[in-house]
Formats: sequence, structure tokens, C-alpha cells
Amino acid sequence: MTDVRETATGLPGAAIDLAEMAGRHRGHRHLLSIADLGAEGITDVLRLTDSFVEVSRRAIPKVPALRGKTVVSVFFEDSTRTRLSFETAARRLSADVMTFSASSSSLNKGESLKDTVQTIQAMGVDGLVVRHSGSGVPWQVAGWLDGPSVINAGDGWHEHPTQALLDCYTITRKLGLAPEAGLSGRRIAIVGDIRHSRVARSDVLAFTALGAEVTLVAPPTLLPPSLAGWPVSVSHDLDRVLPTLDVVYVLRLQRERMLEALLPSIREYTATYGLTRRRAALLEEDALIMHPGPVNRGVEIAAEVADQPGSVITAQVSNGVAVRMAVLFLLLGSGVDLAVA
Amino acid sequence: MAKRERALAPPYGGVFVARTTVMDADDVRRATWRMAHEIIERNTDTGEVVIVGLQTGGVWLAQRLAQVVGEVTGHDVGLGTLDVAFYRDDIGLRPVLPEAATNIPLDLTAKTVILVDDVLFTGRTIRAALNALADYGRARAVQLAVMVDRGHRELPIRPDYVGKNLPTRRDEMVDATDTGVIIGDVTAP
Repeated sequence: MTDVRETATGLPGAAIDLAEMAGRHRGHRHLLSIADLGAEGITDVLRLTDSFVEVSRRAIPKVPALRGKTVVSVFFEDSTRTRLSFETAARRLSADVMTFSASSSSLNKGESLKDTVQTIQAMGVDGLVVRHSGSGVPWQVAGWLDGPSVINAGDGWHEHPTQALLDCYTITRKLGLAPEAGLSGRRIAIVGDIRHSRVARSDVLAFTALGAEVTLVAPPTLLPPSLAGWPVSVSHDLDRVLPTLDVVYVLRLQRERMLEALLPSIREYTATYGLTRRRAALLEEDALIMHPGPVNRGVEIAAEVADQPGSVITAQVSNGVAVRMAVLFLLLGSGVDLAVA
Repeated sequence: MAKRERALAPPYGGVFVARTTVMDADDVRRATWRMAHEIIERNTDTGEVVIVGLQTGGVWLAQRLAQVVGEVTGHDVGLGTLDVAFYRDDIGLRPVLPEAATNIPLDLTAKTVILVDDVLFTGRTIRAALNALADYGRARAVQLAVMVDRGHRELPIRPDYVGKNLPTRRDEMVDATDTGVIIGDVTAP
């Protein structure tokens, strides 16, 4: 008797070892933090995303994978792209989509957050996509629910895991990196309002998990009070950092979250930290320019730089749909998250 | 199919233990040649034929068939790969994941599609594949080529080109690659 597994491997296209992957994702019923996934989990999602990019390119970009499942987007904070992206992703998987808007809900009659999400669960939903201005709310929601999966679509200043996944996907595929190489040796700078940015927090975790060297470039007032434990370096000189980069990731200046005067003026911020046309010329020719949107044109990035060839801002948006399809399918459809008897 | 079956069989895989070699590499090569010639015989205009291998077990056979058909007729035939994970009827019943992205580089409208898999068993994978193909255009006809037909169909599906009809027990596993066809059992890992 011989184990012939070896003879069966090496088939073209064999990409995912299901048994191994199932072991890794056992117990992953929710996606709350990018840290839950780890480097291997991130790589799994990126590979799965390739399949959904293919689906999205078809004349009929829809598969029946989540027929009969219901996904509800529960947004307590404004959003254009994340909400549309999740809802499009769910529809392309044939799931039913419900939309909850805080502004037109019974929250206005004094209903509590807990009662609200338990009411949503009682309608029989399989997944909740939650955004809230309070850090940690998705964890709390996940604790209140018994059954549905919770996906964090951005909580306060804390995390935005699917944004980090779509950023990793965009970088690896645009730079043509092999899946197993991750981002090792790549130099990425995150520029701007790190302090208020959940995107920056999730991106730092994801990029460094995949092996990238991350530099934060920001004025001291827009850095978090403490960077202890962050696996990053810090610079205040964008001009010196730019020529060394594979990717420059520009963040939006979140003026709506600024409670105090953190900047002398917007114009001064643009002059020192904005990605102007002059600064963009310092980049290597094949370097990528990224931005999570919405873009303040002329503030953190010049309008013409946002539209120049190295800019992959629109690719980030279209990859976002495919990445969210992968996350929804992984949590609600694939069955690999379920414990196996 | 065999690898997919093995990977998805509860409890998560297990080890495939070979028992009997049914075809060796030579037998597989001869069967592939015969099937390629049958394809040419039945489809007079091979320019309208697209050979689509199912991920991942059917891909090697699809490549081989396309190569032989191309050599014999002197014309290249279309070649693609198809992953049916999102169309399976057992999503939610057992772990289902795509093994690789689908790659169909041309519109299938008005083409004759030859679906290729390594092992034909319950027919459910082929049912899923037929649904998936419909999303790539309205094919003129779909034909099915498999290296091994092992019986135990659960749906009204039959192959057009068969390498070998192989009676099996339902609990056995069949592994069909270009190096041979083996019957075996799966034991817990």
C-alpha cells in the first residue's frame, strides 16, 4: 500500500489545500480585525479573490453561491464606497441584501444598539456588515449575536479589515508579485492623518504581516499618541522617503474627526505633506499611488496626481468588490469556518 | 474529480491509500488518443470546438486532448478551464472552495464545448459545470469527456467520450492522472 497523494499533486491550477485552509479558518465566524487572519489567512483571501475578479469580469457577473443567504449592511456612519461595495458583492453572490440606515431607524425613538442588532438577527440574517464611529462596536455586536457572522466595515479610528485586504490585493497584483512572496522586501509609506485612520491601523497590520517595510509619514500631531509596538518607522520628510518606495499610500485628512487644532492650516499641510505633482515626480516610475477614498483633491493629493498612470485608486475600488465577495463567501458559504465533527 | 473528492471528503481529506492500478501511463495515453480521434470524428469542424477542463482534475486531460486534436487536424482548438465551486448544490453541506480561477478566454456562444473531467461519479459536478458554462454564452452543444466513468450517477447525465468504464463501490476512491488510474480507499488522516 502506498500513499499516492504525491503523484496527484503538481496538477496545473491546484491552488488551495482545502484541508489545510479549513484548519486555519476553523472558528473564524466573524471578520473583526485583520490580525485574526494572520499572513496565511490574508494570503488565502487574496487567492480566493482571484476567482471573484474573474466572476466580476464576465458578461453576467453573478454566481449562485450564496443563494438563500441574507446579508444586512448596518451602517451607523456615512459611507459611499464601502457600503455599495459590500452590497454589490453580496448581490453578485446571489445573496439577499437588506440595508439599515441609522438616520432613518428606530434609534431615533431611543432604541438601543443591542436591541437594534438583536431585532435584525431575529429577522433571520446570515451576515451583518457593521460600521460604527465607535471603536470596538463590531466586537460588541458579535458578542450579542448567536449565529450570524459579523464583518467589521470600519469601527471608529480602530480597524477596517476589508480595506486592508483590498489594498494588499491591489498591491500584490499590480506589482505582479507571486502569491507566496507576500509583500516581503517591499517599501510602503503611509502618508497623512494616521491618528484618525482605521485604514492605516489595518494596513500596517496587514502590510507588515506580509513582510513589507512600512514607514509612516505625518506631522507629529497627526500620529497616534504612542507608536509603541507598531512595527513601523516614522519620518517627517516626505521628499526623502518618496524615491525609495514601491507604494505611497495617501490618507484622507479627516477633518470631521479633528476635535482640536492639529494643523496650522490646510494649505500648510498640503505644502509639507501633500502629494503634489512635484513630489509625485520623485517616485520611481513603477511605484504605485494609493488612496482609500474619498479623495480631498488638492489637499492630501493633487488632482492630476490622483489621475496619473501610477495611481491605482480606481483599481482599489473595483478590487474591493471582489475582495468582499471572497470574505462573504468564506464566512457564509464555504463552510471552512465551521468546526468539523 | 479525484483530488477534489479527496479534499472534500469528510473528515477533511484523509489519506488516499492505493489498492489497484487499473490503467498505467501507456493505457491512459492510448485512451486519450482514442478519445481525441472520436472528438474529431464527431465534430467535423474542430474550429468551432472549445475544450474546457474542470479544475483541477480535468485540466491535464483537457490539455492532452486539445494537443492531440490540434496535431491530428493541424488546427489549434480553443482551451479553457472551469471551476464550479460557486455553482455546487452542496454549498453549506460541506466545505466548498474554488481550487483555481476559471479561465475561459473566448465567448462560448455558438461553439461546441467539450467538458473534460478525470472521473465521472454522481454527475453533480457536471450539473454545476453546465450551469457555470451558461454564464459564458449560449454554446451550440455541450459534450462530456471523462477518463473514467465509475458509475453511481445521481442525475441524468452521461458521457460522450469515455477512457474506461470502471465499476466501483460507492465508498472507493478513483484517482485518474496522466500517470495512470488507481482505485483505492480513503482512510482518516
